[in-house]
Amino acid sequence: MFNPFTIRLMLLATLPIMFLAGCKKDNDTDPLADKKARYISNYADIVLAGYEDSYTTAVALKTAIDSFVAAPSQTLFDDAKQAWLDAREPYGQTEAFRFAGGPIDDEDGPEGALNAWPLDENYVDYVNGAPTSGIINDPTSHPNITAAYLETLNEVGGETNISIGYHAIEFLLWGQDMSSSSAGMRPYTDYVTGGGGTAANQDRRARYLQACAELLVQHLEEMVNTWEAGGAYRTSFLALENDVALANILTGIGTLSSSELSGERMFTALDNQNQEDEHSCFSDNTDRDIVTNAQGIYNVIQGTYTRTNSAVVSGYSLIDLVNETNTTLGSELDVLSESVITKVNAIGNPFDQAIIAETAGGNGPIMQAIRELQDQGDKITEAATELGLTVSTELPE
Amino acid sequence: MLHACKPEEESFWEYLDPSEELSGGGASVHDASPLAFSKSIDGLTGDDALLFFVGNSFFNQNWVTAPASTTARDGLGPFFNSRSCSGCHFKDGRGRAPEYSGEVSSGLLIRLSTPGMGPHGEPLPHPAYGGQLHDQAIVGVPAEGDFSISYSTVSGQYDDGTSYSLREPNYQLNFTGYGGAGGVMFSPRVANQMIGLGLLEALSESTILERADAGDADGDGVSGRPNYVWNSLTQTTQLGRFGWKANQPNLLLQAAGAFLGDMGITSFVNPSENCTSPQNDCQNAPNGGQPEIEDDDLRKVELYCRTLAVPVRRNHNAPEVLKGKELFFSIGCESCHRSKMVTGNHPDVSALSGQTIFPYTDMLLHDMGEGLADNRPDFLADGNEWRTPPLWGIGLFQTVNGHTNYMHDGRARNLEEAILWHGGEAENSVNKFKALSSAQRNDIITFLNSL
Repeated sequence: MFNPFTIRLMLLATLPIMFLAGCKKDNDTDPLADKKARYISNYADIVLAGYEDSYTTAVALKTAIDSFVAAPSQTLFDDAKQAWLDAREPYGQTEAFRFAGGPIDDEDGPEGALNAWPLDENYVDYVNGAPTSGIINDPTSHPNITAAYLETLNEVGGETNISIGYHAIEFLLWGQDMSSSSAGMRPYTDYVTGGGGTAANQDRRARYLQACAELLVQHLEEMVNTWEAGGAYRTSFLALENDVALANILTGIGTLSSSELSGERMFTALDNQNQEDEHSCFSDNTDRDIVTNAQGIYNVIQGTYTRTNSAVVSGYSLIDLVNETNTTLGSELDVLSESVITKVNAIGNPFDQAIIAETAGGNGPIMQAIRELQDQGDKITEAATELGLTVSTELPE
Repeated sequence: MLHACKPEEESFWEYLDPSEELSGGGASVHDASPLAFSKSIDGLTGDDALLFFVGNSFFNQNWVTAPASTTARDGLGPFFNSRSCSGCHFKDGRGRAPEYSGEVSSGLLIRLSTPGMGPHGEPLPHPAYGGQLHDQAIVGVPAEGDFSISYSTVSGQYDDGTSYSLREPNYQLNFTGYGGAGGVMFSPRVANQMIGLGLLEALSESTILERADAGDADGDGVSGRPNYVWNSLTQTTQLGRFGWKANQPNLLLQAAGAFLGDMGITSFVNPSENCTSPQNDCQNAPNGGQPEIEDDDLRKVELYCRTLAVPVRRNHNAPEVLKGKELFFSIGCESCHRSKMVTGNHPDVSALSGQTIFPYTDMLLHDMGEGLADNRPDFLADGNEWRTPPLWGIGLFQTVNGHTNYMHDGRARNLEEAILWHGGEAENSVNKFKALSSAQRNDIITFLNSL
């Protein structure tokens, strides 16, 4: 049977040594070898903890959705929404592991099925002006809504067609955001069956919502399994040469910092001035997406992660490693990583209001955060150079 | 400076060109990771560095059906093949044909036409199905149809007795949406990697025409013809540069053509939806504004396509790589896969101007033989001709896209098969390749993988 993780292992094994600037540094002759290994190992622990928390909160989300669907009420609907918001907190931090050549984001990775954006709303359900659109309202073409079936639909039109994932659940809980001042206003009665419900096909909407939650749990479980002790990717990751693993880690956070987050997610929305050109547009939770992404970078730099149960995973940090040869640079990185957190927290909420209150290229809070994130990306590149690596973090996929 | 251990008698050292490590000149990037095709060139000035991200966003993210909350990104379809550019150009890399019947395609589409040509020499679209088979459509509109591929085996032998087998695709096109498709001609096309396109756009016409030899005046068996195509914006005929048949004159038209043809997104270049007159459902479907992609966003995608950097070579100075390079030249591959050129002045991005580049393409059309022919003309390109594809980055397809499928329809499963599929003007070179020793053949592959 085709196993994407096996293929991935083979790929990694045959990768040319790419990031080394000059000669390959042998672990035996690298005085920092042990310390690099400690940092890499701590990173793997942080990755695992991040996916475990994402998994746990996704399970809680599924439970809340199941309870709501069993007996729809405003209270249980609000609980499910809160569970979605809670689930985004750890997941947002795991985006620091994307762009690191790992299993989340490659051709077979589940990232597209988890977090792809934007959502094709009327491919899923009714929208303003199209009350019968979507898979939910088409029982003839789509008689049985199950997790397995939705996953096959998600492949139509390339691997990025978005009918599942966090944002599908978000849409099914909040509905379209047609308001400039609030999040989506879907009534819980969209799920009330047997009379008194709003919109049609309430039972099918419920099944769709449950199936999406089920898939979310499945896909995050895959990530936990591959990163846990003895897991396929953790094993191959820890077997990489120190400098290759380090370059992957730094490419991941550098790319998120200077490109994906600051450029694609923040600047593009600001430049477009389009209110809903933002990631969590139904729930107006984009400000938290930005903060948690930035926090994820911070975690990798500082070598520490605070779990959803408040436990702390902590160990040898990137700053410790850089300090071994250049304390000035280590300190600069430390200061910047703190400053980024301050800047992203200063962005107004909701984000869709913040972007129209500010101009691209100006000096508002979003631009300030963008510049700080880009400076942090440059500093990560400097840290890589200090460690004898050449990484390219400027730009995203 | 050459390697210290250079054996003076080895001729392959003459093939060492130190500047060639930077395949894209100053527009190269040091990256051999899965994101190797996704980095911008250095030297973007002013706002371009940030606007690159906006282009990237519109290249990567899905388009959605109108009306949607994300109004900047709605208007998908009614017909489409993919919801995003990156759906086919995954990580700015290369698409792949389905491996087996029924596998969903991610990056192969089927061009359609009928015999004859339009007023500007362009292929004539099919009256009911247009210029491309759309296997996807928005909810409420039937798709035009679909296709499946099966492969048959073609066997052969090297001169040393080693046998090889190639796979030849056979296509089954199913036109189900809008009646029969009598007389249709078709051409499968794999999505190409996106690197270095701005450099190719910056080549002066005279540089490209230096190698044109339509009548094979020099008698080397290799011609090389420029394609001349219609620019609908300027209403002029221009040198074709992009696409498998060099049927687009510049990146703006290439990108706008892909937006309309592949995703059903209208733009100022192509303001009308992709619906033929029998396709009423398509015509009556909601759209995402007129045009669906705003002018400045299309320009940012153009900027993005222009400024994706070329990864630097790996091991460009290794002896086996240089031996392979020497053989690559000596058996005549370089006749079409032109190694070195200098770009002219790019009007919009100065960092692309005056760069010494090593694209391994002459940007010209060549007869590639019956085996590869699609028997479908495209402006001046006849059914046997294809534009020489650039080879820079070819050694990174596995890393970026997880496959090593080559040729216009992805039939070759590796570089060796890709070489063996060459026919027509390349037949002499292929015969010389078959006559090489196994070690020499490996050196050529090693050289190619260093690109």
